[in-house]
Amino acid sequence: MSTWWAVLAAGLACYALKLAGLSVPHRVLERPAVRAVADRLPVALLAGLVAVQVLGNDQDLVLDARAAGLGAAVVLLLLRAPFLVVVVGAALTAALLRL
Amino acid sequence: MSEPALSPDERGPIVRDSLGVGIATGLYGTSFGAVSVASGLDVAQTCALSLLVFTGASQFALVGVLGAGGSAVSAVLTAALLGTRNTLYGLRLAPLLAWRGARRLGAAHLVIDESTAMAVTRGSTAAARTGFTWTGVSVFVLWNLFTLLGAIGGTVLGDPRTYGLDAAVGAAFLALLWPRLREPGGLALALAAAAVALLVVPLAPAGVPVLAAGGTALLVGLLARDRSRPGGTA
Repeated sequence: MSTWWAVLAAGLACYALKLAGLSVPHRVLERPAVRAVADRLPVALLAGLVAVQVLGNDQDLVLDARAAGLGAAVVLLLLRAPFLVVVVGAALTAALLRL
Repeated sequence: MSEPALSPDERGPIVRDSLGVGIATGLYGTSFGAVSVASGLDVAQTCALSLLVFTGASQFALVGVLGAGGSAVSAVLTAALLGTRNTLYGLRLAPLLAWRGARRLGAAHLVIDESTAMAVTRGSTAAARTGFTWTGVSVFVLWNLFTLLGAIGGTVLGDPRTYGLDAAVGAAFLALLWPRLREPGGLALALAAAAVALLVVPLAPAGVPVLAAGGTALLVGLLARDRSRPGGTA
């Protein structure tokens, strides 16, 4: 049940954030401090998500096939592979290591 | 709206480019669908996310945090923080699109990376509206369709670990992050944020480490502003 609440709350929050950009007067959100933080927020959050997703296991840190998958993703990104190829390549690498 | 309409010669290329972006982006809805059911959400919840949240990074974040055992509150908070970049997009789009009332309410749902990119480079309101609408609508339709296909596919496949789908989540986040790493300070910030998240993993419940990583942006952003005021960027 709490998953449904999370889905609905995230939907509402993300829509409100989009609408705010189209509606709020520029001055409010164009302050340098707000911009400086907002520009960097996606980078920091995505980096945190990568780290936790690849090395986290409940409260522990573990090095397993997921790290090899991420390594494959780095190589594919350096080769400018499209998004789907990167994601599938990482999954395949991890899956093969687990055979 | 006294803005002159676009001639077919101006309109055609914009529509074509927009549909191309829509198809490319929509296709990777498949990976979101598969990753979402691998994280423990059911098909209906997965499809509801693509319909209601409709901004990829936030959706991946929500299922990533929930899948790691994080609370609903930290999952929603992470998704919302990632959604703040759409607010910045909206700020740039508002004067270009110049929509009010019901049309603005509808357009708001389509404010995402791709529709913004296909609108902000246009010289007129008519061209910006064409790029925004065709990209936004085609991504919306295809993203939702492919989410459904990915979710059904993921359910049929069974244990996601066998297919390395748990590794696919980290790769998806890295691919979303990748273009930002080339910006000045991007790589350093990403490494610092990742280190902060890993330090917090043993200390706090799931979901909190990612929010702590977000805190790095607050710290670095405020410090950078104090050191060099960049002034108006556009």
